[in-house]
Amino acid sequence: MPTREIAGKQVSLDDDGFLVDATDWSKEVAQVLAQEEGIADLTEGHWKVIEFMRADFAEKGAVPTIRRLNKVGGVPTKELYELFPNGPAKKAARIAGLAKPQGCV
Amino acid sequence: MADSSDKINKVSIVISRGSLDGVYPGLIMANGARMEGIEATLFFTFFGLDAIMKKRLKKLQVATVGNPAMHMPTLLGALPGMSAFATSMMKRQMEKLDIPPVDEFLEMIKDAGADLYACRATVEMFGLTKDDFVPQVDAIINVAEFYERSAGAQIIFT
Repeated sequence: MPTREIAGKQVSLDDDGFLVDATDWSKEVAQVLAQEEGIADLTEGHWKVIEFMRADFAEKGAVPTIRRLNKVGGVPTKELYELFPNGPAKKAARIAGLAKPQGCV
Repeated sequence: MADSSDKINKVSIVISRGSLDGVYPGLIMANGARMEGIEATLFFTFFGLDAIMKKRLKKLQVATVGNPAMHMPTLLGALPGMSAFATSMMKRQMEKLDIPPVDEFLEMIKDAGADLYACRATVEMFGLTKDDFVPQVDAIINVAEFYERSAGAQIIFT
């Protein structure tokens, strides 16, 4: 399990680059992970997604689906794909410090 | 992790059946492709057109006859209400997994950036027009155009 320094902190990542310990997450860590995913700057739109995902995960214990992000989180699917191109659910989950999504939708 | 040169970049999925269990696998695979950043094209042909017809897409049923995997004697499967029962069971299970109904799924897949096409030969055979289809359908195309638009794609027939 690789450990790396991110934003001045030693952080453990799994083989797919997701945080192992959710408490390692911070806004600074998110910013670094976003850059690795090709997102130069996290905008208000990105933060809305990230914050909903974290809150929903804390409540439900599962990474929300794209449908849930739309219906409950109020993030239109089109916008989600624009914010996190080429793999929105996975990228957003990684930046939000959550586990890799396990569902098929 | 797979070598980046082995990565699938584009899929072209054909949906040829009109039962609920015939339609969903293709929809899930198309949506899943977009979720992975893979380009996706959906081509609806023969009874698969039911999945994009305004009048029919909400009435798709699970086939209980001629479907050995239902583990149900043919005569029992043919009883009135049996298909409706199996259909509502499956819909309930899918809702639990957050898999949307067909109309909402088509919107989601379109919003995810996939292209949806109807097969010209079938459209002509059934005497249909573009107005019979949901607005997410981009165009009615023939098989030659299907192959043109599938250039570089893995073609998946369902």
